[in-house]
Amino acid sequence: MALRIGVVTFPGSLDDRDAARAVRLAGGEAVALWHKDRTLSGVDAVVLPGGFSYGDYLRCGAISRFAPVMAAVVEGAQGGLPVLGICNGFQILCESGLLPGALTRNDSLHFVCRDQRLRIESVTTAWTSGYTAGQEIVVPLKNGEGGYVADQLALDELEAEGRIVARYLEVNPNGSRRDIAGISNAAGNVVGLMPHPEHAVEPLTGPTTDGLAFFTSVLTRLVRS
Amino acid sequence: MARVVVDVMLKPEILDPQGQAVQGALGRLGFDGVTSVRQGKQFVIDVDGPADETLRGRADEMASTLLANLVIEDYTVRVDD
Repeated sequence: MALRIGVVTFPGSLDDRDAARAVRLAGGEAVALWHKDRTLSGVDAVVLPGGFSYGDYLRCGAISRFAPVMAAVVEGAQGGLPVLGICNGFQILCESGLLPGALTRNDSLHFVCRDQRLRIESVTTAWTSGYTAGQEIVVPLKNGEGGYVADQLALDELEAEGRIVARYLEVNPNGSRRDIAGISNAAGNVVGLMPHPEHAVEPLTGPTTDGLAFFTSVLTRLVRS
Repeated sequence: MARVVVDVMLKPEILDPQGQAVQGALGRLGFDGVTSVRQGKQFVIDVDGPADETLRGRADEMASTLLANLVIEDYTVRVDD
């Protein structure tokens, strides 16, 4: 039986269908979760997809973090459930306190949309075990508020604990501190990523298929556990 | 009926590119001597009941729970009759 990965749809989510497709291409069963759900329907992992949930009103992710489904996601994450937040999902994870720091307006003030080269820095997380340390990948990036910020102490802690999952190469597209594109929690089951691996899972629609390993990684992890 | 006013500003150490863009525009319009612009938000909230300490506490909770992200923002709360 295929492992089941939930993809949450909030009002204003855009990339939930691509995330679900990536799950299926990786060999999993994608389970649609709704922001009003109070349970996670027994899924084995959760993806919080990109988009503009609640219109990005107040701050990106600030209202979504109080959606009913998020109480279950936070509880699951604290119990070790793998959770991947992509773009708006990363913002929601930071707002919910599952990940440290915050995402701020791009320093250029422009919405940036490009194929972005990244270096995978940590391969010990639930979502990156299928990569090799230092592997360079190219996936789409598209955000207006993707500048990762945290205080110096928190940044030093992320570095020291190996919790910087990916860094921007060649161009820092949004002013993120220390070129951070993604981070994890201390346990490695929760990962937030500003670029979009779910848009790079097959040659027809993506610049590469480099993003697929995020989804195969978690499925491999789940099979082993 | 009481009114709560919450001002939210980015912390001083957080880059404010919007404020910088406004500063640039002011300079181009001939407003000389503008050395810094920081852009914030103001929430004006009308609430049933008296403007008392209880409301002040609730207003503080609203600000710290939802209106401001304390990782990047500071806030001030004012309660008016």
